[in-house]
Amino acid sequence: MLANLPARLCTLALSLFLIAFALPAMAGPFEDAVAKFANDDFSDTDAAIGVVASSGNPLAFPIISALKDGRLMADADSKKVYVTGTDGKSVDAATGAAVASVPASASAVRLNNRLRRTVDAALGGLTLLSPDVATRIQAAQSVFKSHEESALPVVESALAKETNKTAKTALSEARAAIILFKPDASEVDKLEAVATIKSRGDQEAMAFLTGIGSDQPASVKAGAASAIASIQSSLAVWSGVQNAWYGLSLGSVLLLAAIGLAITFGVMGVINMAHGEMVMLGAYTTFVVQEVIRTRYPGLFDYSLLIAVPLAFLVAGAIGVLIERSIIRFLYGRPLETLLATWGLSLVLQQAVRTMFGPTNREVGNPSWMSGAFELGQITITYNRLWILVFTLAVFAILLAMLRYTALGLEMRAVTQNRRMAASMGIATSRVDALTFGLGSGIAGIAGVALSQIDNVSPNLGQSYIIDSFMVVVFGGVGNLWGTLVGAFTLGIANKFLEPVAGAVLGKIAILVLIILFIQKRPRGLFALKGRAVEA
Amino acid sequence: MLTKSTHDIAAPFSRRGLFAATAGLMLGLASITGAKAADDTIKVGVLHSLSGTMAISETTLKDTILFLIDEQNKKGGVLGKKLEAVVVDPASNWPLFAEKARELITKDKVSVVFGCWTSVSRKSVLPVFKELNNILFYPVQYEGEESERNVFYTGAAPNQQAIPAVDYLMKDEKVKRWVLAGTDYVYPRTTNKILEAYLKSKGVAQEDIMINYTPFGHSDWQTIVADIKKFGSAGKKTAVVSTINGDANVPFYKELGNQGIKATDIPVVAFSVGEEELAGIDTKPLLGHLAAWNYFQSIKDPENEKFIKAWQAYTKNPKRVTNDPMEAHVIGFDMWVKAVEKVKSTDPDKVIDALPGIEAKNLTGGTSKMLPNHHITKPVFIGEIKANGQFDVVWKTPGLVAGDAWSKELDGSKDLIGDWVEKKCGNYNTKTNKCLGSGS
Repeated sequence: MLANLPARLCTLALSLFLIAFALPAMAGPFEDAVAKFANDDFSDTDAAIGVVASSGNPLAFPIISALKDGRLMADADSKKVYVTGTDGKSVDAATGAAVASVPASASAVRLNNRLRRTVDAALGGLTLLSPDVATRIQAAQSVFKSHEESALPVVESALAKETNKTAKTALSEARAAIILFKPDASEVDKLEAVATIKSRGDQEAMAFLTGIGSDQPASVKAGAASAIASIQSSLAVWSGVQNAWYGLSLGSVLLLAAIGLAITFGVMGVINMAHGEMVMLGAYTTFVVQEVIRTRYPGLFDYSLLIAVPLAFLVAGAIGVLIERSIIRFLYGRPLETLLATWGLSLVLQQAVRTMFGPTNREVGNPSWMSGAFELGQITITYNRLWILVFTLAVFAILLAMLRYTALGLEMRAVTQNRRMAASMGIATSRVDALTFGLGSGIAGIAGVALSQIDNVSPNLGQSYIIDSFMVVVFGGVGNLWGTLVGAFTLGIANKFLEPVAGAVLGKIAILVLIILFIQKRPRGLFALKGRAVEA
Repeated sequence: MLTKSTHDIAAPFSRRGLFAATAGLMLGLASITGAKAADDTIKVGVLHSLSGTMAISETTLKDTILFLIDEQNKKGGVLGKKLEAVVVDPASNWPLFAEKARELITKDKVSVVFGCWTSVSRKSVLPVFKELNNILFYPVQYEGEESERNVFYTGAAPNQQAIPAVDYLMKDEKVKRWVLAGTDYVYPRTTNKILEAYLKSKGVAQEDIMINYTPFGHSDWQTIVADIKKFGSAGKKTAVVSTINGDANVPFYKELGNQGIKATDIPVVAFSVGEEELAGIDTKPLLGHLAAWNYFQSIKDPENEKFIKAWQAYTKNPKRVTNDPMEAHVIGFDMWVKAVEKVKSTDPDKVIDALPGIEAKNLTGGTSKMLPNHHITKPVFIGEIKANGQFDVVWKTPGLVAGDAWSKELDGSKDLIGDWVEKKCGNYNTKTNKCLGSGS
């Protein structure tokens, strides 16, 4: 939504302009600069941006925002440049006169990263007085980054008018940034600026203060150094919090991947090597759902995951039941054969998907409510990870409730604890077996929907989770759902605290070694089931 | 072994109807070898994984060779004979690569093999090609430090990709601080060693270089991306040089996008991300991140446009993308055909001797040449990712760059050259004027 605002603003400005002005075409520095956009040369474009942005011409904003969005079209032959509005209507960039259509030979003016920075800085100067708060904040932030001295008067007048608290802070930070880089600013002003930036307290403030250069007065340098030190120490505390959050997030992914296995392996005792492929099938279901939505009902895209969850459960669950009925039921009590058969099955499923969908990754998009991040203190929390954590806990709670309070859950527990007694009480054990396996597989499918948001959707998706899943279930204690929960979060958090110290590769090795040692000490995991649990 | 073991497992079940069908399907998939050979064809071996982890990249290369053979046969084949493809599936399994290579050469009697992707698969087939004296065309950018008589390297050596990319960032983006991030295996480790030596020779201090390795298929990038962000906030312009391989790139880029690291703040230049890899990602948050290659699909050149059109018609998919290793196969295939026609024989010894000096048009408007060290000359392009999953070329080398088999940046290899024309040696030491010979 934010991204749309400048665009909408631009259309507004454009139409206002069309009504108010009808300038006769005349060649001046502005027109010359605009014509330079058609040269397809990065340094010419750079020069043109500078002239256009500082021209004061009302067309400057539409031109530069169109340049940013790839809507500034240039025709290399006629040296004509056009602004295409978000509504599809075009005007001549030099005169503002409406044109019926942009010639086919025109192509969008190209940008590289250096130019994108220039464009952001120019737009920052042009939108500081925008009526929209979010745009103003964004503008202030880009001025903070570019700290162009020429923007100071605009920043100061914007600051005087500003009423919104966040925007005011952003503006005063932008002003402080300009002053620190202004050679003729007084020492008092500069010290004040250091204090303003210090109160911002984040990594960007630290980066800024580190980079202020050595030609500052001694007192300013000392002030900056102490500000950096204080920011650093507060960031060190935050980095602990950040590791804990990353650990929770990794733990939730591990839990989600393992929770289905906790049923098929943990509760039923089937060593199910095809578990990862159920996850993969769930992810591919998401892909198919999104494809259908993209082509037929594009408006529903944000709901695609909600639609995919039940479908993935059904698809993976149905295949799970099929596998149980056709293979696994003949192999109960023969763990080695089960292992080999399900492993073979996992290869068959992978190759089948590879044949159907091709070997390359499939694109699964993030709905808007799962993209981006927000700042909590000094840590960045991404929405997709947050939602996955929430989703995982919800799935866990529902599963627990199901096992505890429904008739099927009761039957499942009865059959897995004592099959013969359950059978003599009139429970159709083979039906319960099939449903239990289907349930575990279905939950793996649901996990696939969530994992498609953070990982590749390829035929190999499942392979990368199978080892971790077994690790979690074995560590947590086979047959105990709570053990799986605690195991997953323990491993996630331990991993994330080890990773900054030991690196990702060594961290993973260390975790494996720790688990091996732990299993030596407690072979039945964190929470061993006592009594008459099934012996696989 | 992957495929083979599937059969072993599936066999006991084949009495049951369901499995008979699937096992049959697997057998069929594993042996898409061509029809039974006739004597009046020249056989071309294709050694690319069609299953397992590497299938994602290698399947396209198999299709490319089939397409090139098809085109060549339409022109009348080579030496008046039709070409015939023999396709095997080494299933992303390194030892199986050696087995399948042996099978291609001894059983199917191929004249040349186009294949391999990962360095470890190439290393695994090397002894086979040496022992049985056949030719391998290797199409992927790699870490260098190798020049073998039986292998022709049509992908980029580090000086044809990594070094120019770093030069670009240093000059155009004024980058002062470097993150070298890679997957933990031989290509990233060697490339990063070369880059580290190169950066230091350009006056970059040790504390301005951060090197980070991650396991294959790493999917939780939160900590590393946060570290990069932190490393980048030291007041100096920072860039990431990524040798992250394959599937791990998607979650890495997703995390970058989600944590709001834009290319204008910290650009990432990747050596293993091409059009094919981007096909699986929403590229909008990646706008402006870079890749260095010797070919981009978006390059405007009549040869390239002709190739793309023919390729999309052959695959019957108007959206099918092309990429750098495909172009390497196009050049390598053309060079092999020309060498065979020059010596009027497919005898490996004659073709190997004829290949150095052969020129072939590349798809970017130049002519690449096979060098005595069995590497080729190539242009180097830096492209920025666009919103449509293609690249916009923002910089290119003024001319073609000759591939160095041995890096000039590393102490152990800076005096070595490969020269199979005059010195008949892959690792000739120009200081001591001695050939180190095999085993080093």
